[in-house]
Amino acid sequence: MPDYLLDVQKLETTFKTPEGTIHAVNGVSFGLKEGETLGVVGESGCGKSVTMLSILGLVPNPPGEIVAGSASFAGQDLLQMSSSEIRHVRGSQISMIFQDPMTSLNPVLTIGRQLEEPLMLHLNMTKKQAEDRAAELLTMVGIPNARERLKDYPHQYSGGMRQRVMIAMALSCSPQILIADEPTTALDVTIQAQIVDLVKRLRQELGMAIVWITHDLGVVAGLAQRMLVMYGGYVVEEAEVGELYANPQHPYTLGLLNSIPRLDQKEGKKLSSIEGLPPVLYEKPTACPFAPRCKWAIDRCWAENPPLEDIGNGHRVACWVDTKTGRARS
Amino acid sequence: MTANKEALLNVEDLTMHFPIYKGLFRKQVGAVHAVDGVSFNVYRGETLGLVGESGCGKSTTGRAILQLYHPTRGAVNFEGRNLVEMKKEELRHMRRKMQMIFQDPYASLNPRMSVGEIIGEPLSVHKIASGKEIQERVAHLLELVRLNPSFASRYPHEFSGGQRQRIGIARAVALQPSFIVCDEPISALDVSIQSQVVNLLQELQDQFNLTYLFIAHDLSMVRHISDRVAVMYLGVVMELADSNALYDNPLHPYTQALLSAVPIPDPVLESKRKRMLLEGDVPSPVNPPSGCRFRTRCPIAQPICAEQRPEFRELKPGHFVACHFAERFM
Repeated sequence: MPDYLLDVQKLETTFKTPEGTIHAVNGVSFGLKEGETLGVVGESGCGKSVTMLSILGLVPNPPGEIVAGSASFAGQDLLQMSSSEIRHVRGSQISMIFQDPMTSLNPVLTIGRQLEEPLMLHLNMTKKQAEDRAAELLTMVGIPNARERLKDYPHQYSGGMRQRVMIAMALSCSPQILIADEPTTALDVTIQAQIVDLVKRLRQELGMAIVWITHDLGVVAGLAQRMLVMYGGYVVEEAEVGELYANPQHPYTLGLLNSIPRLDQKEGKKLSSIEGLPPVLYEKPTACPFAPRCKWAIDRCWAENPPLEDIGNGHRVACWVDTKTGRARS
Repeated sequence: MTANKEALLNVEDLTMHFPIYKGLFRKQVGAVHAVDGVSFNVYRGETLGLVGESGCGKSTTGRAILQLYHPTRGAVNFEGRNLVEMKKEELRHMRRKMQMIFQDPYASLNPRMSVGEIIGEPLSVHKIASGKEIQERVAHLLELVRLNPSFASRYPHEFSGGQRQRIGIARAVALQPSFIVCDEPISALDVSIQSQVVNLLQELQDQFNLTYLFIAHDLSMVRHISDRVAVMYLGVVMELADSNALYDNPLHPYTQALLSAVPIPDPVLESKRKRMLLEGDVPSPVNPPSGCRFRTRCPIAQPICAEQRPEFRELKPGHFVACHFAERFM
């Protein structure tokens, strides 16, 4: 059992809606090592964001409810903390950045004010110290004329620069973990490349662990060390990054990798697609949630939900079928 | 596929400026130079990919071709006739042959109309069918896009994004057009659904000998689907070539930077790739740089680039590029 900085066990989160209870996360377990970058991939509704929001106490209750599980960080269970305790962890030890940098910044406050606030709150800095540190942070994320630009409002920044500000804000209190929820999805590719480059540089300088949530298997390939693939509120596959791309096991992972064209691939070959739609989970699945879309499905898949099992080299997969041979796993 | 080089569409110096008005008397104070002197051919039966970052004018180009905007300058010759000079009635008649598929499958279908009405409307507007015949045609079209014909009586909100996009495609092919502008048809869809829609578009192309202008920002997908690709930056086409030639040997520094920014889902390859990072953001189209539009971010810019707009020249057979120094990449 390796020593995890963050150890999440059997997390379950539900949302009550007028149409019924949605089981968004159904028993997710994973660990994050110190300084490690973990990629979490899956489509909309697979529970990847809700998992992280649950850990940070950011799921609104009601309608959301964490019904089971634990998340231990520095000897404490984040899920059992009071709202003031978790608020202290959030921002100073674990920070999060979101997809849309416009809606996560307050449009009526200057960038400087928004950067200085957490510094004064969490690190008890004076106004002057906070201002100096804020300018330093902006410089660190590659914004020229930092001191001048502290006086600007979010609308005066471009999309890529706003995401840089979000990163600066997230790193302002030197957190041990940075959770990035699709931070480059709203950005153009050349700007995405700038942001990924920036995160890589900061990771090296500051040594924090990163959880990078995305639906793009390309971005994380060059960034993550380990990967989780999520589907229907479950982790269906987990492996070192090289192992996952070279030797994908779960039918969903295989389907995803084969359904995206690659830039280095000549045109012409037909894309293989995953038929059907991702599930909406009004009930906690008793069978494999991927079975309705799976071409390997056997009888057992419709009766029992496969557990996440180690198949060697730290590669874990939740599937009754060995997709390499097409036969049931023994 | 471009063997029988018959130009279905010929775009000549297409320019689209949107005026900016200010003050009490709505005086024109400037213009957004959305598209500035774009020329290219689209050959019958081919897919021409149009790529670029947000705000580069690719969607505006598509709309100006279909006369959804009245171009400021230039000609759009469709089957040898200039659409820009056509009278309204004549143009309406031409629209049978040119259709559009929109990006947002949620906003492009009228929520108050049933699927049957949405798909059947073009048939009755153009007096191609009436009464029971429309119903039969609609059922056939639904089958064509792999939807259950009984869905005709349902409403758009009952469908997922991918299904809605299929409805939009059925509407576009209802009139048996020869040319379809696909404006980011898959950007709003989940990864596993994207390949379903792309495969459908390719099947329909083969079946009806359709010609596509495929507008997108996903460069890997554009390579997959296109015979030829045009790259736009700030309202100007920078490079146009056969898809493989463009991706294997890009001659414009912007294309090179753009391609190097696209991540490839392969960790081994990603760790070896060299990124060509562009500094800063795209300048404002209200006041674009003089000479070459790309010179402010170009790694090889020289004084001449500010003075002279580079000619869009054919450097190799079928390979066009707008750069003073493209020879050095041959």
